[in-house]
Amino acid sequence: MTDVHGHEPEIHTSDDEHGNAYSGLLVNDAHWAFGTDFEDPLAGVDTTVPDGADAEEIAAYCLMLGDDALVFSQRISEWCSRAPDLEEDIALANIALDLLGQARLLLARAAAADPALVPQLPEDSPVPAEDRLAFFREDVDFRSVRLAEVPNGDFAEAVAKILMFSTWRLAIFERLQNSEDAVLSAIAAKGVKEMTYHRDFSGRWVLTLARGTEESRRRLLTALDGLWPLWPELFETHPIEAAIAEAGIGIAPAEVAGEADAIIDQVFAAVGIDRPETGALAGVRGRKGRDGLHTEALSRMLAEMQVVARAHPRGKW
Amino acid sequence: MTTETPEAQLGQEPGAQQREAEFEAQFRRTIEAKDRIEPRDWMPEAYRKTLIRQVAQHAHSEIIGMQPEGNWISRAPSLRRKAILLAKVQDEAGHGLYLYSATETLGATRNELTEKLIAGRQKYSSIFNYPALSYADVGTIGWLVDGAAIVNQVPLCRTSFGPYGRAMIRICKEESFHQRQGYELLMTMMRGTDEQREMVQESVNRFWWPALMMFGPPDDDSPNTAQSMAWGIKTHTNDELRQKFVDMSVPQAEALGVTFPDEGLQWNEERGHYDFTQPDWSEFWAVVKGNGPCNVQRLAHRKKAWDDGAWVREAAMAFAEKSAEAAAPGADTDSPDSGAARAEEVAR
Repeated sequence: MTDVHGHEPEIHTSDDEHGNAYSGLLVNDAHWAFGTDFEDPLAGVDTTVPDGADAEEIAAYCLMLGDDALVFSQRISEWCSRAPDLEEDIALANIALDLLGQARLLLARAAAADPALVPQLPEDSPVPAEDRLAFFREDVDFRSVRLAEVPNGDFAEAVAKILMFSTWRLAIFERLQNSEDAVLSAIAAKGVKEMTYHRDFSGRWVLTLARGTEESRRRLLTALDGLWPLWPELFETHPIEAAIAEAGIGIAPAEVAGEADAIIDQVFAAVGIDRPETGALAGVRGRKGRDGLHTEALSRMLAEMQVVARAHPRGKW
Repeated sequence: MTTETPEAQLGQEPGAQQREAEFEAQFRRTIEAKDRIEPRDWMPEAYRKTLIRQVAQHAHSEIIGMQPEGNWISRAPSLRRKAILLAKVQDEAGHGLYLYSATETLGATRNELTEKLIAGRQKYSSIFNYPALSYADVGTIGWLVDGAAIVNQVPLCRTSFGPYGRAMIRICKEESFHQRQGYELLMTMMRGTDEQREMVQESVNRFWWPALMMFGPPDDDSPNTAQSMAWGIKTHTNDELRQKFVDMSVPQAEALGVTFPDEGLQWNEERGHYDFTQPDWSEFWAVVKGNGPCNVQRLAHRKKAWDDGAWVREAAMAFAEKSAEAAAPGADTDSPDSGAARAEEVAR
């Protein structure tokens, strides 16, 4: 009896049960989820740019959303093996994985729409476009908001940051599901499910910390005070975002400010927290994350993230 | 309390002793029939203690084992590899969870066991006291370390204690997946540049000996094996499993294009097994006793995460208590909890 892939089914006898976890290691097993070749994450999706749309604008916009996800995922993944308990460790890894998945799709989309964005490597380099964008750009080329890159603090800082980030991004992705661009619409539909969970997870923890002990409430308030200056930047509309929104392909963040503020206010009201009064973090002559002007933390984070990839520009992973 | 029989109140009366003997006979019959002992079944106190020790050690190994590979998540050289690695390390946290749950059925809580680990009163697998020094180590740990773990663990799927055996079935499936991922990473690197091939060989050279040590000391030097085998907790000796691992690994190394750093490694026609050189057991004992390259670092990392999270766990307990009070019959229906419910709606 063979299965659809032409393999003998595994037979569990007492002796070879020992070895059967190993069996198939040297066999070309069609069940093996991760093939040895690189798979295009957008395989099967219609990636043609909609009629009348500007491919360069689409690419620049995808890079913004992709960089937000990549940089924030990298920060959240730093929690791995460091969370207050195993359940939170697993939950934070989930959030980082979801965002990493979004980043891969968005960076691949950016590269497909505008190949000129992708850093050049030696001609025989097998490094795929998404990795060239992630690992071979400098901090000034990253278009992520500064909230995504701030160094991690304590667990209260993590949940406050995730609540802010996911509330904002979810509001954008809910609208992005109606994008004229089939790829962005599909990415948004997937992301909405994921970020609904991220917001739920962080909202519950904000509630728990606000109403738990005096110390947890104090830590939560400190975290919110520290992060709040980065909130207004999330709702500033960059010219690329304005243009892409005009074309019916992307969302101008200013559009979601009212909704995101109302949700956050509702959470704060439920636990008796006042919205922090700290002012918005200034840019440099108005330039902020979307313009490639970051905090000191980003280049340091990228130095670590990119070190192995850059040492092997012809490497196969 | 009123339901206690007079016999139970008297404790050591002949009736109680007789019943104890019947329980013990029943326990022995279950073991001999290779059936499972379940949490509510009677079991000898020493069996319970041995199991708690073994399952806790296994759970600790999963959690400490997150660190060497976790060390490379931030530097994974492709986004795909970053996703694979993060998911793998996350799985290890999940394995720790199932195993701590199994110990809870024996009456030992996760908190108490974690405290013992941090205090150095319980052990974890010594392999994790070796450093992960290059990205190839992520592959080698998957291939050889998870591979050795599988050889150790597959027989445990048939271990006599039900919750442990069932946890092991799921864990083995996931470990097997991890092993393939590790091997696949090495395969891919071997098809890359010369530097990558060198990186793989260097990594295999470092991990081969510690991987052999994962089966524990030679049988002559393994004090707990006999009793654990009699109880059906352990089903094969250390040396049997080590031989199995060597025999399986050699063809895999050949397919990969790497060698093991052992000049004594050769096929023995007569035995039908590979002969191989024993690892340095003095190094093994030094590492077990706390002098491995990373013992201090691994425990300090775990202790820091645990200590840093103490206030969060306290807050969660306090919040749960307050919520339970608020939900108790007669509680004010317009308590702050209705605010909490609203916030939860928002959070959904």
